[in-house]
Amino acid sequence: MKIHEYQAKQILARFGVKVPRGEVAATPDEVREIVDRLGGGTVVVKAQIHAGGRGKGGGVKVVKGADAAVVAATAMLGKMLVTHQTGPEGRIVQHVLIEEGLGIARELYLGLVIDRATGRAVYMASTEGGVEIEEVAANHPEKILRESVDPAVGFQLFQARKLAFGLGLTGGMISDGVQFLTSLYHAFEATDASLAEINPLIVTTDNHLLALDAKMNFDDNALFRHPDIKALRDVNEEDPLEVKATNYGLNYIRLDGTVGCMVNGAGLAMSTMDIIQYAGGSPANFLDVGGGANEEQVRHGFEIILGDPNVRAVLINIFGGIMRCDIVANGVVSASQQLGIKVPVVVRLEGTNVELGQKILAESGLNFIVAQGMKDAAEKVVAAAKN
Amino acid sequence: MSILVDQNTRLLVQGITGREGGFHAEQAIEYGTQVVAGVTPGKGGTIWEGASAKHEVPVFNTVAKAVEMTGANVSVIFVPPPFAADAIMEAADAGLPLVVAITEGIPTLDMIRVRQFLADHPGTRLIGPNCPGIISPGKCKVGIMPARIHKQGNIGVISRSGTLTYEAVGQLTALGIGQSTCIGIGGDPIIGTNFVDALALMNADPDTHGIILIGEIGGSAEEDAAAYIKAKVKKPVVGFIAGRTAPPGRRMGHAGAIIAGGKGTAADKIAALRAAGVVVAESPALLGETMAGMLKRGAVS
Repeated sequence: MKIHEYQAKQILARFGVKVPRGEVAATPDEVREIVDRLGGGTVVVKAQIHAGGRGKGGGVKVVKGADAAVVAATAMLGKMLVTHQTGPEGRIVQHVLIEEGLGIARELYLGLVIDRATGRAVYMASTEGGVEIEEVAANHPEKILRESVDPAVGFQLFQARKLAFGLGLTGGMISDGVQFLTSLYHAFEATDASLAEINPLIVTTDNHLLALDAKMNFDDNALFRHPDIKALRDVNEEDPLEVKATNYGLNYIRLDGTVGCMVNGAGLAMSTMDIIQYAGGSPANFLDVGGGANEEQVRHGFEIILGDPNVRAVLINIFGGIMRCDIVANGVVSASQQLGIKVPVVVRLEGTNVELGQKILAESGLNFIVAQGMKDAAEKVVAAAKN
Repeated sequence: MSILVDQNTRLLVQGITGREGGFHAEQAIEYGTQVVAGVTPGKGGTIWEGASAKHEVPVFNTVAKAVEMTGANVSVIFVPPPFAADAIMEAADAGLPLVVAITEGIPTLDMIRVRQFLADHPGTRLIGPNCPGIISPGKCKVGIMPARIHKQGNIGVISRSGTLTYEAVGQLTALGIGQSTCIGIGGDPIIGTNFVDALALMNADPDTHGIILIGEIGGSAEEDAAAYIKAKVKKPVVGFIAGRTAPPGRRMGHAGAIIAGGKGTAADKIAALRAAGVVVAESPALLGETMAGMLKRGAVS
């Protein structure tokens, strides 16, 4: 799950991680009040969207005084912001973060992620802050320091010192750095984060260490034990069909093709998208109905898929183990009747009670196209979508 | 010889009194698996009969007690996500050599801790979590896979997916090609047994003559597998990677199926496997056929 920069900074502040003074605003009036509270001087107006690249996209403006801040914020609020990470459709900016202006002496990088290969959290630090870390990794891998966190003992002070000295911090900044690093790790672990990235971590001209930007992603599997973080979800940042699907308990991701698909199991669902493309078509979505393809879930699945106007044909690919094909077939028939489906529907069933399931489809009086095997199913649905 | 589970498996079901645990325990018994114990804290001393009321499996409060009293040697875990990591550690602490965790949705930090715990219990192998389990057709079923589609034989299947595995197995069986053991390693980013570990077992098994490896986007397990195959595996290997059409940065169902920072793409995995001599099927509909072709050609390098 993703959150906005201002929310990440609020969380980090609670754990003692130093962030700039600032507040979030939804209207120009709020912007004015915040600038006054900050002392009326130089401030940074930052569009709050769930994507990076805001600076280059015009979503970050350094201005002087409340009037200029209001002008900058008005140009952003309620408008579309396109960055190289949002895609051409961009995002509507609902909030701006107003922060005190700071003199920047150095820009550093910190990132905490889970390393799947070792099964541990790994702390990355680099003197190359303010740029895309993937570029640094590609061109100057030696400039990325790494410390792996031993889960038995957690992030140790000596590790924080290695990183702090490695970043070229000196004097009193060493203990600030150690404090920052350990507080950030505590925040990461306590919130079940999957990513905590500070880019840039700045050293100010008067020797303060602060998170100029903060990005935190959270482990979806752990949200059940963080209702406060779950509540930070911004559905405006998500595709409305995907939000609807989550509310139904369906795993749905919208793509841009014309062949909708409904499948049980993530691996089978991904490979169904793949075989649609292999057969010359383009998948409109990923949809895993999981183990629950009863009538209600099948109807919800159809609703979601058909909510996408690009869809010209639908493929249902179910390999029933525990799930019985006759149950699925009944669900498909009743959903079709209730929703009055106008696009061609190809059904491929396999597994438990497959003959009974196919019989139900054939005798339904509805025009399902029954397929045998994934190849046949993909070819039939791609052909149907082209007509 | 089968891999990990066979006719000598004495299975303990953690969560047997729950809906999922109970249903699959009954399916296992019907397949011929010896289910010798159940564990549900607070229900110790009772007898689980199953929905059919035909069975008599003793239920214990702790895994340690269940093992002591019944000689169980494998555990399958049907415990909800908030408690599943604890259940895995309890099973390892009780000294079980094999633990199969079916549960989907365990927090990643919990699995980091489990992995650390298991490093101190080297006698325990964990399969999963978020996996369908292991089956040695004709001998033993530990998990949720549909028994009917399997056939006893000599092809090993290792997969991160559930239903996509059934697709491969169904294709093999339809061609008359049976399976030695099918291992679902699971769809999470941090799992107990990876492709390399499973390949080592299959490589050493005289009854496994060929291997199907089913991967997906995310992580680098398939790349590690490719390196292992190149160095050590002479048996024919057919591969498939799901997710060629997956967009980057999105979690495709499985917690581990995500292309992050340009890494973990299907294209990279396919290239790595091919460079190691794996025949990677272009279409998921061709898995059985591709293996049949390799066996016919006597493809052993």
